[in-house]
Amino acid sequence: MRLSIYRYNPETQRSPQLQDFEIEPGPEAKFLLDALLQIKDEVDDSLTLRRSCREGVCGSDGMNINGRNGLACVTPLKGLKEPVVVRPLPGLPVIRDLVVDMSQFFKQYRSVKPYLQSDEPVPLKERLQAPADRAELDGLYECILCACCSTSCPSFWWNPDKFVGPAGLLQAYRFIADTRDTRTNERLDDLNDPYRLFRCHTIMNCVDACPKHLNPTKAIVKIKETMLSREL
Amino acid sequence: MAAGAKLKKRRFDAVVVGGGGAGLRASLELAARGYHVAVVSKVFPTRSHTVAAQGGITSALGNVSPDHWHWHMYDTVKGSDYIGDQDAIEYLCRNAIEVVYELEHMGLPFSRLDDGRIYQRPFGGQSQNFGGPQASRTCAAADRTGHALLHTLYQQNLRHGTHFFDEFYSVDFIRDSQGRIAGVLAIEIETGERYLFEAAAVVLATGGGGRIFKHTTNAFSCTGDGLGMVARAGLPLQDMEFWQFHPTGVAGAGVLVTEGCRGEGGYLVNGDGERFMERYAPNAKDLAGRDVVARSMALEIMEGRGVGPRKDHVLLKLDHLGSDIIMERLPAIREIAIKFAGVDPIETPIPVVPTVHYMMGGIPTNRFGQVIANDGGEDEIVPRLYAVGECACVSVHGANRLGGNSLVDLVVFGRAVGRHISDNFAELGAPADLDESSAELGLGRIDRLARKEGERPDLLREEIRDTLQAHCGVFRTEQTMREGWIKFEQLAGRCEQVAVKDACEIFNTARIEALELDNLVTVARATIVSALNRTESRGAHARDDHRERDDEHWLKHTLYHGDGDRIGYRPIAMQPLTVETFKPKPRTY
Ligand SMILES: Cc1cc2nc3c(=O)[nH]c(=O)nc-3n(C[C@H](O)[C@H](O)[C@H](O)COP(=O)(O)OP(=O)(O)OC[C@H]3O[C@@H](n4cnc5c(N)ncnc54)[C@H](O)[C@@H]3O)c2cc1C
Repeated sequence: MRLSIYRYNPETQRSPQLQDFEIEPGPEAKFLLDALLQIKDEVDDSLTLRRSCREGVCGSDGMNINGRNGLACVTPLKGLKEPVVVRPLPGLPVIRDLVVDMSQFFKQYRSVKPYLQSDEPVPLKERLQAPADRAELDGLYECILCACCSTSCPSFWWNPDKFVGPAGLLQAYRFIADTRDTRTNERLDDLNDPYRLFRCHTIMNCVDACPKHLNPTKAIVKIKETMLSREL
Repeated sequence: MAAGAKLKKRRFDAVVVGGGGAGLRASLELAARGYHVAVVSKVFPTRSHTVAAQGGITSALGNVSPDHWHWHMYDTVKGSDYIGDQDAIEYLCRNAIEVVYELEHMGLPFSRLDDGRIYQRPFGGQSQNFGGPQASRTCAAADRTGHALLHTLYQQNLRHGTHFFDEFYSVDFIRDSQGRIAGVLAIEIETGERYLFEAAAVVLATGGGGRIFKHTTNAFSCTGDGLGMVARAGLPLQDMEFWQFHPTGVAGAGVLVTEGCRGEGGYLVNGDGERFMERYAPNAKDLAGRDVVARSMALEIMEGRGVGPRKDHVLLKLDHLGSDIIMERLPAIREIAIKFAGVDPIETPIPVVPTVHYMMGGIPTNRFGQVIANDGGEDEIVPRLYAVGECACVSVHGANRLGGNSLVDLVVFGRAVGRHISDNFAELGAPADLDESSAELGLGRIDRLARKEGERPDLLREEIRDTLQAHCGVFRTEQTMREGWIKFEQLAGRCEQVAVKDACEIFNTARIEALELDNLVTVARATIVSALNRTESRGAHARDDHRERDDEHWLKHTLYHGDGDRIGYRPIAMQPLTVETFKPKPRTY
C-alpha cells in the first residue's frame, strides 16, 4: 500500500514536504492508524503523530486523510484511494509532521465557559431532569474535541482568534440546552457578536468532518433561534 | 535540549501526575479549596483512558431497585474474593452515593428515568439484600459514561483554575536532600524541555498498565508509568497477579463492548448456539462476576465449543433487544460493533473473547490515598506521596473488580486524596528547593536512549506483550509461567540496550515510547513474579495446578519488591469502619 505523508521537522527542515512510503500492511492492520504506526515502528521512528484510545473516543488522531478530516484509528484502510495522502489538520500551526498546535482551538473552547453554571441551590440528591430534556443534550455532549470540524471550517481558518468555531459553539449550545444551567442569557449575550457566532456561514463542512456524526451547524442554528426568540 | 542544560522549575502546593478521572477529581478538590495545583499529563486530559469507559458508575442510589450501600459493600467484598480491604470498601460504598450526586451537580449528563432521576442499569455481581435478587446499581450516561465523567471533571477544573501541563511526560518523582518526596521530573513533549515540578505533595494518578498484554481493551497510553516510578524508588507494588479479563472484548480487535450489554438483557452463546452461562452460574447467569464469566468462556473455547472457522471466540447476542433499546442505551456499542467487528448488533451477534481489561493490583495505599511502604514489618506511610485510580491498590477490588466500581473508585478516592492533602497541608511541610542533582537519575534515563545502535523498542514491546499473553493468561500453571519468565528475562535484559533513532527534541514520541517501555517491563516483571508465587486460585488469578482458594495460607496481599524480585506480604484489612466483617465464604453466583 502506498502512502504519501506530510513531513515537517522544524529542527532540520525549512519547509514541509510529502514523503512516500510503501508498506505491506500486517494481517491485523485494518485502520489507517495501524498503517501509520507500522511505518513508525518498522521504517522511521521519527514519524510523529498523536494517538491513544485507538477506538475513536479520545480524539487524539484527527488528521487530513485524502483531503478530508477524520480520525486515523477509525478510518478503514479498505476503500482508501492510493496513495493515501495524509496531512495534519489544516489551519492550525504544525508542530511536527501530523501534530498540530491546538492552543487556539482549546482557547475558543474555554471561551464559552464549557461547564454547568447554576444559580439554584444544590439539592440533597440529584437535580431532576425529564428524559425529553435530557434528550436535548444528545448529539452535543458526545464531542471528543478532536478539532476535525473547526479545522475544516473556512471561517475558523480566517478568524481562529475571533470566531468560536463549530466545536466551541457545539459546546456552548450543550450548556444552553441543558435545563439545569441557569446562565442562558449570559451565554447568549457573550455569543451575540459579529465574529464569535455570526462568522458561521453554514458551509456545513463541520457536519461532513465530524467522526462522531454530530451536527455543529444545527447547534449553531439553534443558538441563533434561541437568541431570536429571546428578543421577541 | 542537551544533557546538562538548565531545568525549568515550577512550584505548586501539589502536583498531580495524570489527568484521567482520578487525577482530575483530586485536582478539582484541591483547586476548589484554593490550593495552587498542577495536573501534569502525557495526553491532553480528555484523551485519558477514562474517556473510554462505557457502562457506568456504581452507587447504591436505589433509583431502580431497592438498594443500600451495605449491600454494595457485600457485593464488592464478595467480588474481590475476600481479598479487598473492608475498611476501604466500606468507605467506597458509603461515599459512592454522595460523589455521584456531586457529579450530577457538576453537570454530568446522566441518562434519566421517567421521573427525572438518574438512570441505573444492572451490572454483574450486583445483588439486593446480601446475595438476593439482581440489583440495578450502575448509573449511566448511555454507554458513554466515562466520556461524560471525564469531560465534566475537566470542565470543572477549568472553572476552578487548575494549572494544566498538557502533554508533559513525567519521568520519575524526585526526593529532596533529606529523602522526602519533593516533586516530579517531566519532559514537555512539544519542546523536549525538562521541568522540575516542586510540590508539597505528589499524587500519582497514571492509570492502568494493560498494555503489557497483547489483547487488551486499554489505550496505548496505559503503560503503568506510576508503577514504574514507584518501583524505581524502591517502593513495593501490591497484588500484581490479579488482572481482570473482561468477557466481552471484540474478537481480534481488543476494543471493549460494555457489560451493560448483558445488563440490558444481552447474553453469550457458544458454537452450539447454547446459552452456556446457565450451566456455570445458574442464578446470575451472564451477570456473574467477570472472572467467572471469562473463565467459562475460555473453557467453552478450549473444549471446542467456540465459534468461527477457528472456534476461537463466542457470541454476544443483542438482536433480541430490539433496535429502540440498542439505539437509546447502547448507541456507541453499535458503532463499535459495526466498525471493529463488521456486524450490526441489531441484526447480528458480536464475536467476543475474554480480553485484558483492568489491573486490580498497583501502588499500595490506605483509604486516604497515602502510599504505603512495607518491607517485612509494619506498614509505613510515605509522607507526601499519594496514589489514586487504577494505578493504586487501596484495595477495594481485591482479586476481581466489579463492573462500574472503577469509576466510583476514581471519584471517591480522588476526592479523599484532595481532602487529605488539604486537611494536613501544614504537616506536609513546604516544597523544598530542588537542585539539579536531585533529578540526575531521571535525566540519565532520558539521555541513555540517544545511543546510535541498539535494540528496537517496538519489537521488544511486542515480544513482551506476546509473552504475557501466552504465559500469564486466563488459566495459569507453574510450568507455563516459568517458561514465560525465562523468555521475559531475556527480553528485559535487552530492554537496557534500547536505541531511539529520532534525535529531534520537538515532539519526540519515539523517546516517550522508549521511556514507557521501562515501565511496561516493571509491570510485567511484577505480574509474573507475583503470579508464580500465589499457589492458589482466587478471583482473576486462576491456577490450573492449584484450583482451590486457600484461605488458610493466602488471605493476604502480595507485595512485590523490584530489587531482587522479592515477595513480601501485608495482611488484609478484614475489619470495616463501622459494620461487621464479611467473613470469607465460597463464592458462587
Ligand atoms: C474500554 C474500557 C471501558 C471501561 N468501562 C468502565 C465502566 O463502565 N465503569 C467502570 O467503573 N470502569 C470502567 N473501566 C475502567 C476504568 O475506566 C478505568 O479503570 C479508569 O478510567 C482509570 O482511570 P484513571 O484516572 O486511574 O486513569 P486514566 O484515565 O487511564 O488516566 C491516566 C492519566 O495519567 C496520565 N499519565 C500516565 N502516565 C503518565 C506519565 N508518565 N506522565 C504524565 N502523565 C501520565 C495520562 O496522560 C492520563 O491522563 C473501563 C476501562 C476500559 C479500558
